[in-house]
Amino acid sequence: MTDTPLLALSGLTKAYPGVVANDGVSLRIAPGEVHALLGENGAGKSTLVKMIYGLVKPDSGKMEMNGSAYTPQEPRDARAAGVGMVFQHFSLFDALSVAENIALGMEHAPKLRRLSHQIREVSEAYGLPLSPDRIVGDLSAGERQRVEIIRCLLQDPKLLIMDEPTSVLTPQEVEILFKTLRKLSAEGTAILYISHKLEEIRNLCDSATILRLGRVVGHCTPAHTTAREMAEMMVGSTLKTPTRAGKTPGKVVLDIQRLSAKSPSAFGMPLREITVQVRAGEVLGIGGVAGNGQDELLAALSGEAPCAAGMIVFDGQDVGPLGPTARRRLGILTAPEERLGHAAVPDMTLVENAMLTGAAREKLERRGMLDWQAAKRFAENIVAKFDVRTPGAANVARSLSGGNLQKFVIGREVLQRPRVLVVNQPTWGVDASAAAAIRQALLDLAENGAAVIVVSQDLDELMEISDLFAALNEGRLSVPRPAQGLTVEEIGLMMGGAHGMEVAHV
Amino acid sequence: MDLSAINPVLFVAGFLVAATPLIFAALGELVVERSGVLNLGVEGMMIIGAICGFAAAVETGSPLLGFFAAAVGGAVLSLLFAFLTQITLANQVASGLALTLFGLGFSALLGQRYVGIKPPRLPEVNFGPLHDIPVLGPVLFSHDIILYLGLALVVAVWAGLKFTRAGLVLRAVGESHDAAHALGYKVVRIRTLAIMFGGACAGLGGAYISLIRVPQWTEGMTAGVGWIALALVVFASWKPWRLLLGAYLFGGITQLQLNLQGAGVAIPVEYLAMSPYVITILVLVVLSADKNAAPASLGRTFHASN
Repeated sequence: MTDTPLLALSGLTKAYPGVVANDGVSLRIAPGEVHALLGENGAGKSTLVKMIYGLVKPDSGKMEMNGSAYTPQEPRDARAAGVGMVFQHFSLFDALSVAENIALGMEHAPKLRRLSHQIREVSEAYGLPLSPDRIVGDLSAGERQRVEIIRCLLQDPKLLIMDEPTSVLTPQEVEILFKTLRKLSAEGTAILYISHKLEEIRNLCDSATILRLGRVVGHCTPAHTTAREMAEMMVGSTLKTPTRAGKTPGKVVLDIQRLSAKSPSAFGMPLREITVQVRAGEVLGIGGVAGNGQDELLAALSGEAPCAAGMIVFDGQDVGPLGPTARRRLGILTAPEERLGHAAVPDMTLVENAMLTGAAREKLERRGMLDWQAAKRFAENIVAKFDVRTPGAANVARSLSGGNLQKFVIGREVLQRPRVLVVNQPTWGVDASAAAAIRQALLDLAENGAAVIVVSQDLDELMEISDLFAALNEGRLSVPRPAQGLTVEEIGLMMGGAHGMEVAHV
Repeated sequence: MDLSAINPVLFVAGFLVAATPLIFAALGELVVERSGVLNLGVEGMMIIGAICGFAAAVETGSPLLGFFAAAVGGAVLSLLFAFLTQITLANQVASGLALTLFGLGFSALLGQRYVGIKPPRLPEVNFGPLHDIPVLGPVLFSHDIILYLGLALVVAVWAGLKFTRAGLVLRAVGESHDAAHALGYKVVRIRTLAIMFGGACAGLGGAYISLIRVPQWTEGMTAGVGWIALALVVFASWKPWRLLLGAYLFGGITQLQLNLQGAGVAIPVEYLAMSPYVITILVLVVLSADKNAAPASLGRTFHASN
């Protein structure tokens, strides 16, 4: 490390009404250093990088770039100072072309034709092939990320901020990204890397800063620290690993035969002849990069998008054409991915939300009249059994933190004694201890004889709890294989390998 | 009935005039919607433009000053919409409807003294010898400057959206205001400017009715052209050239049915009067097969909270 850091932050503080997002955060990044920023959701990582990128102004504290004061008023200033950022939720415009998207992120964009030429040059130099004329809405997640990275690279950044860049990539695509990042680092570009995937950080980063509740709680050298130690620094307590007893699966409960369905949305993915059986007491993990049919599969299984007769057979009964309520009555329950808006109504209380999915199976409704007393008991039961931290079940869903609402959403289905439970991204954006509790609940449910299908993009999670693993790729499901003993390479190939990527010419 | 009473040259020249208010209003709304804002107040801004233009032209004796006042009047009224929807984050549909109702009522109040007056006439542009070309001369080269301005504006909006950086930024804001904000673009400012442009265009369109097409002032004289303009933007798939085509179609059939009425065709007047609306919408529905052309953020409220 050189003596003058590229970027030095000292005592940065930013408070929002009711919460201090960053409290006296200090950080130093040397040129060419790959620095990891670790922390749970709500630890203040996003606020910190938004201050560096000029989207948020700090209340107090100092930022220095190459030894002189650095106070970006807006992202334009940050870009001018050599800071580039690849966003967690891509800041791309679906209806515009790759070149137009890149032009929008540049200060002095050249004419489109010259820009297209530059895009080709840079994309080849870094092994990230990309056609400038394509419409972004048609690109895969990995390709979209390339658009963002190339947009940054065209401006010769000195510091590249990457916010959870690998959450949408296959393992092979991650490997290519890392080669690109290492090449950049060797050329002297510093990288501030935000992720909660600890093995990746150990693999890539030179140093790490750990945030908890807005404060810096530690530094470490990832290569010399175990993932578990880092996780415990993030959480501030020791972690429980979910356990499961050995068991023999029962008879087939859910039999999916050649399930095909069109996607309801224009940029969606149709399901293509999915065939899989799930037995009682078995956990089927379904991996795959987002946008390969996960949402469509969940809609088909929940009954939101009923499918043709014979495609889904539950316990010998054809449920394909049945809607969600009829399926719930039979015991096929689902918990979709999006907590606020799909799994729960944000502005309704927990009691009302419990009523919404529990009415049929928990007999909260009699001859069209709602039994609010019973719904209240049901909601309070969920809150108690799943350790949902809230002042009471009369609070609206929006007021809960992500992890607590997710515990509520999963608990609500688990307590309805499902015979089949389908969950999508059960621990997305949930802190480590809540995630462990949710995984344990799913395992316990399988233990008691339910068939569980877990759709997730977190491969570590799937390996931890699945008996069988299958991957969705372009709407097709691979043949399920026993999860134990699968290697990362095998999983990556099941997920479709690297989508048209080639390895960087380093 | 005597179809030979319809003079084809006067007919074509007439429908260019009939289409012009629609071109202005729809083009303004197209820009507003491409920035992601749905302003249903076009009719209200048009009628305010009609009375502002009329009053200014009568008071100053200059039709051009009248058109200038109409553009300013429309833009000022649209600022009210911009304040409601961009600053106080009010619902765009409700605000737009309120704007129309307010515009209709307020224009009637402003126009009380101007009923029954003739406005000063805007002279035709002098094209010299071009005007004397048979057929083409009277059809193409015998109009006022504002009509040509409308056509120039179609070209300018098309080229501006497609080739300039400002146009790209405007489209980007309409496509995803969150992404545009993350890149540091001022979403509210850009949208406010677009709304003002839309208001000025609607005002010009309104004044074209009260100063050239009719020319006099009566309450509610825009007679639904603002609503047709709104429909036209959608059915033209937010594309300026298609919008021009739709406006000419509407203007043409309007002119045709007036001529047919004059010629005493044995179809009830009500059917003739509704025909421009029905035919224009039918044709554009068939043309607008690509339903995904709508700006993705259209009508959504933006707040820089996340």
